[in-house]
Amino acid sequence: MGVGEFLFLLTGLKWTLALSAIGFLCGSAGGLAIALMRTSGVRALERLTGGYIALFQGTPLLMQLFVVYYGLALGGLHLSAWVAVSIGFTLHASAYLGEIWRGSIEAVPRGQTEAASALNLGYAARMKDVVLPQAIRISLPATIGFLVQLIKGTSLASIVGFTELARAGNIVSNQIFQPLLVFGVVGILYFLMCWPLSLYGSHLERRFAVATR
Amino acid sequence: MNYVLDFTPVLDGLPDLLVGCLGTLLLALGGMAIAIVIGIGGVVLRDSRYKAVRWAVKGFVELIRNTPFLVQIYFIYFALPLAGMRLDPTPTAILALGINGGAYAIEIIRGGVQSISRGQVEAGLALGLHKGLVFRLIVLKPALRAVFPSLASQFILLTLTTSVASAISAFELTSVAQRIESESFRSFEVFGTITLLYLGISWLMMSFFSTISARFFSYPVK
Repeated sequence: MGVGEFLFLLTGLKWTLALSAIGFLCGSAGGLAIALMRTSGVRALERLTGGYIALFQGTPLLMQLFVVYYGLALGGLHLSAWVAVSIGFTLHASAYLGEIWRGSIEAVPRGQTEAASALNLGYAARMKDVVLPQAIRISLPATIGFLVQLIKGTSLASIVGFTELARAGNIVSNQIFQPLLVFGVVGILYFLMCWPLSLYGSHLERRFAVATR
Repeated sequence: MNYVLDFTPVLDGLPDLLVGCLGTLLLALGGMAIAIVIGIGGVVLRDSRYKAVRWAVKGFVELIRNTPFLVQIYFIYFALPLAGMRLDPTPTAILALGINGGAYAIEIIRGGVQSISRGQVEAGLALGLHKGLVFRLIVLKPALRAVFPSLASQFILLTLTTSVASAISAFELTSVAQRIESESFRSFEVFGTITLLYLGISWLMMSFFSTISARFFSYPVK
């Protein structure tokens, strides 16, 4: 594998990072909305978001990407692969982050909400200033765990035809007929992205376990 | 929007799709069986008295957990022939799923084993139980009981991951669907339908796990 091939892999890596970032950021917005609806106390909203989460957690990410990809095209929207895949990952991340954050919102002691209500804080202030700051802290290890899962998940975009790191690896491997070397390098590149995050996540988890003991 | 949905190719291919579901279940169950073996073996080896073995297990877990399954399955697919093993795509996929699930299982089961207090093991030994029996009855079973929910959700994730095995054209639902799609070009209908089939499969798995949990891991009624 020459320098040119390696640089091509790095171009793929750039798209993997971009896709992960978009999926995570847009998914965070969606996930927050879903978590808030899921804990809103409004029955219809809770049912609806519960169904959404069950649907996305009960089907393979690959299928979600396929259905979004072809579904958008059916709706008459001729979007680039890049936009379609981003939408797919956003919907996927919204469901998982929504479920993680619902758990952490519910893990904040009930007395906190009651105290905030007693102080005459409205719903927005109660969430923004009292519940969410604590919930975010609780959710951090699981959120980072999901981010790692998302980065690894972006490799499936290659099956839909989007050129990111895994597909770049496929292309190079077909060119130079050294699949083991190429996929070894691709694996190492993914590892270098995910491992520091995993270490940070388990560090937070340990610290949190000590703090609540 | 002037597209008319046409499910005829899906209906025609329904028998094939159902056989594909069986293929998916086979991959999932085979992968889980290997994963459990690797998980329990890994937990034992992780406490080995040799530092090299302990580090090898740790390294394996970190390596698998921080790389995508797609890359792992490609790597194994191309590495096996070099190691002199000629396997068809489907057994290769089962092996890859087992290795992937095994790394997660080690991590999960280890958490359960750590929750067993040392005194329990000592009490078992003091009662004259054989070492293997102590491990099986006092360490392993309560540990599995403690972590069963996490293990079950990890295995549901493994079941969903089987769809990635279509990348090496193993026999399962997604590859059957891709064949029907490439013959009919009814992409949305085909993938929409099998998404629902996957939903059914994961519900099936969930009830399978709650049955196992009730049958093997419930405490006698208090």
